[in-house]
Amino acid sequence: MHHALNEEPVIEISRVSTRFGDHVVHSDLDLEVRRNEIFALVGGSGSGKSTLLREMILLQRPDSGTIRVLGEDLRSLAEDRALALRERWGVMFQHGGLFGSLTVNENIGLPLREHTGLEDGLIDEIAAWKLAMAGLAPEAGAQYPSELSGGMMKRASLARAMALDPELLFLDEPTAGLDPDSAGGVDELVRKLRDLFGLTIVMITHDLDLLWQVADRVAVLAQGKVQGIGSMSELSRMAHPAIRKFFDGPRGRAPSKPK
Amino acid sequence: MKPMSVEPAAIVQPTPQDLALSGRWTARGIGGIERQLESVRVPAKTEALADGARIEALDTAGAWVLQKLLLRLRDEGTVVTLRGLRPEFARLLEVVAQHIAEQAARPAPAARQPPAALERIGRSSGLAFEQTVALLSFLGECGLALAGSIAHPVRLRWRPILFNIRSAGFDALPIVGLLSFLLGVVVAYQGADQLRQYGANIFVVDLVGLSMLREFAPLITAIIIAGRSGSAYAAQIGTMSVTEEIDAMRTLGIAPLDLLVLPKILALVVALPLLTVFADVLGVLGGMIMARAQLGVGFDEFLDRLVNAVSMTSYLVGIGKAPVFAAIIAVVGCFQGFRTKGGADSVGRQTTRAVVQSIFFVIVADALFSIAFSALDL
Repeated sequence: MHHALNEEPVIEISRVSTRFGDHVVHSDLDLEVRRNEIFALVGGSGSGKSTLLREMILLQRPDSGTIRVLGEDLRSLAEDRALALRERWGVMFQHGGLFGSLTVNENIGLPLREHTGLEDGLIDEIAAWKLAMAGLAPEAGAQYPSELSGGMMKRASLARAMALDPELLFLDEPTAGLDPDSAGGVDELVRKLRDLFGLTIVMITHDLDLLWQVADRVAVLAQGKVQGIGSMSELSRMAHPAIRKFFDGPRGRAPSKPK
Repeated sequence: MKPMSVEPAAIVQPTPQDLALSGRWTARGIGGIERQLESVRVPAKTEALADGARIEALDTAGAWVLQKLLLRLRDEGTVVTLRGLRPEFARLLEVVAQHIAEQAARPAPAARQPPAALERIGRSSGLAFEQTVALLSFLGECGLALAGSIAHPVRLRWRPILFNIRSAGFDALPIVGLLSFLLGVVVAYQGADQLRQYGANIFVVDLVGLSMLREFAPLITAIIIAGRSGSAYAAQIGTMSVTEEIDAMRTLGIAPLDLLVLPKILALVVALPLLTVFADVLGVLGGMIMARAQLGVGFDEFLDRLVNAVSMTSYLVGIGKAPVFAAIIAVVGCFQGFRTKGGADSVGRQTTRAVVQSIFFVIVADALFSIAFSALDL
């Protein structure tokens, strides 16, 4: 589904604070994700990116502040509105989150079976297509998640997240644990999906290649706040230590040598 | 769940050569469209015009259905032109067309044929045979590990043994006690009527004493422990093998058998006979209370008779079966745990198997004991 380019942000986070006991994860954090962009959240471990993601997809509530996703305020959301909202986004989990008792095809077809009145034959065909779209061979569809390699598992999870043609896609570490070749495939896939379906994509990643290649804007999280936001080349010129660590560390990439 | 109110996809055919598409061609909107699509017939060898200008939304599911309609009409010999489609919809439709063309070019994967009856029988007996062999080899490995531990007692891990004695033995006291007490009550109650008819009230002691000490107490204890600890062993080891903890243990040079299995077997071999003694006491107590209430056999009278009615051999036969049952429960539970492959589903399946098989083997062993003891005149 394509939408006119309106200026209303897809995700609007304002003054969000989260604490676990004494540990402050977010303090008055503000963030905005625009329509049709590929947005990346980065930050060291424990910087609260995963918690923020979980708060955006209704798995966790912040202690204070508001989060609006696709125009809905998550804090005051009735159950039926929440369900409708959940069908408008797709989530790819870090370890796949595929159901072990179902084959890959059944996993992909599950949202369609649950939420639409389509016939079984049609659902199977659409699931097979999503599987192909995610770059998996048709044979993989009949396999169980435990028989898949890590890269295939991520692709199958992505296919399931795409089942209902969401407007918004969340990817948690889409390339973590993949070999460089498969990771490169994911780069391409993410961009292709955005261009084809006009998706907005929010991802958590540490993969500098992925960030340089596909992310439109990147937000760096540290000390409970967004310390810098912008394209990778903009970020690379910022002086904040949390951002510098990212570029100047032993595994950082200078902006001058993008592939 | 009820679908949201959306303008459903629709297709009408004002003239045989015209198709007008409208509504939301999305996963939600196309429910029931298939029948409408099937009724679309265009005379062969003609041209038709499809108007897509009034399609409000199109997603992959809708594009798929639409493309399949166009392909069908083309196969039937009609030349269909689709016009008026929004550019982004047209692009999506092109992607579908491309995918279908690619799919047609590549041979379809051979569908998995459901196995015939003969094949199913063969497969399941092969599986049963393989499992039996695996169980025997697991038993052998356990025996070797045990022999190694006896040869080098320093290698025995006392802490997990004691922990298992507590969790599988001491913690099970309330449930074992309650159930065997109730069993004693039931046995005495069932016998009371018959005995009273013959005026043989005092023989309730023989009935309760012999049946509880020889058969029921060891059996009920073993069954409770199979359900309680056998399942826990299978689930624990199963989950550990799913999360690669077992592999980690092997690579760290710790034998999983030494750390996980032997302590469980040894602990249960100690705990189950003790639990059986406890079950004996509570079972006889239950029978005793029932005997006084129903048959007027007093406690003193009951206990006096019990000493004479139940020989030492009968008591020891009951207790002696317990270590064997314990070994069966622990070995089967651990064995099924190690056979877990895949995910959460498999853990559940293996746990069920562990309980069912250990109860099965316990009862089979009990039957063999009965035959052996009667042959030996015990």
